[in-house]
Amino acid sequence: MVDAVLFEFLHTEMVAELWAHEADPDPGPGEQKMNLLVLESMGFRVGQALGERLPRETLALREELDVLKFLCKDLWVAVFQKQMDSLRTNHQALLCPQGTYVLQDSSFPLLVRMASGLQYVEEAPKFLAFTCGLLRGTLSTLGIKSLVTASVAALPACRFQVVVQRS
Amino acid sequence: MAVCVAVIAKENYPLYIRSVPTENELKFHYMVHTSLDVVDEKISAMGKALVDQRELYLGLLYPTEDYKVYGYVTNSKVKFVMVVDSSNPALRDNEIRSMFRKLHNSYTDVMCNPFYNPGDRIQSRAFDSMVTSMMIQVC
Repeated sequence: MVDAVLFEFLHTEMVAELWAHEADPDPGPGEQKMNLLVLESMGFRVGQALGERLPRETLALREELDVLKFLCKDLWVAVFQKQMDSLRTNHQALLCPQGTYVLQDSSFPLLVRMASGLQYVEEAPKFLAFTCGLLRGTLSTLGIKSLVTASVAALPACRFQVVVQRS
Repeated sequence: MAVCVAVIAKENYPLYIRSVPTENELKFHYMVHTSLDVVDEKISAMGKALVDQRELYLGLLYPTEDYKVYGYVTNSKVKFVMVVDSSNPALRDNEIRSMFRKLHNSYTDVMCNPFYNPGDRIQSRAFDSMVTSMMIQVC
């Protein structure tokens, strides 16, 4: 489908544009963080809009787990044309009273064109920041405040960790 | 046709409220405000019942002698409240449902607008014109 490719290209350019303006002498970790924050907040706004548009007509999202399942199925299919590979919960009531979910994708579409293995693992977080924001934005529209982080062990598999903030 | 249309955010403050200007607008604002309690009651009642699917359309919230108030809630807990004139007998349930569906679609379009910050008052002209089309009295 043409529109999937358009999004991939746009995303690649977004990342490239942000990193192209780095000051040459020793950018430092502050600049990196700023860029990641920009990407994440863009993803957040898109996620908010998607969270409004995608769940149509049914109010079946009553539990947190339902919302997470919706993310893995409907949201992933709408944006990346495939479903998330696995969703695991990791509630450790003693360490942190919040709900933790681990979403795993064994061939993440934005990373699959880059490499297959350990090459470019350090560059991968830049390409995951937007998607982390997307997840956080959709969750926030559906009423769940959360913190989403991503990690890559070997391309193109990646995992997103969602920690729900319960006040 | 609707006499007053309101869009209420998740935190229960109005994002958009518009009524037919010939009447006392404050009265409609009060009606919408009191209907929020009924909406909350309906939502929590639905949550407790062991129903697999809940509907977004809440139906008639409460009737008064001149007006009827209808409600609709989205998945993001944004509520739409509509006050219609009781004297119009021809307004059936499906017409109300289709009006709410149009409202929901227009609200989704407003949300997707990158110039709109979620939580602000809705100032979109497209949304305004859609609401006007629902409020014009057909003579």
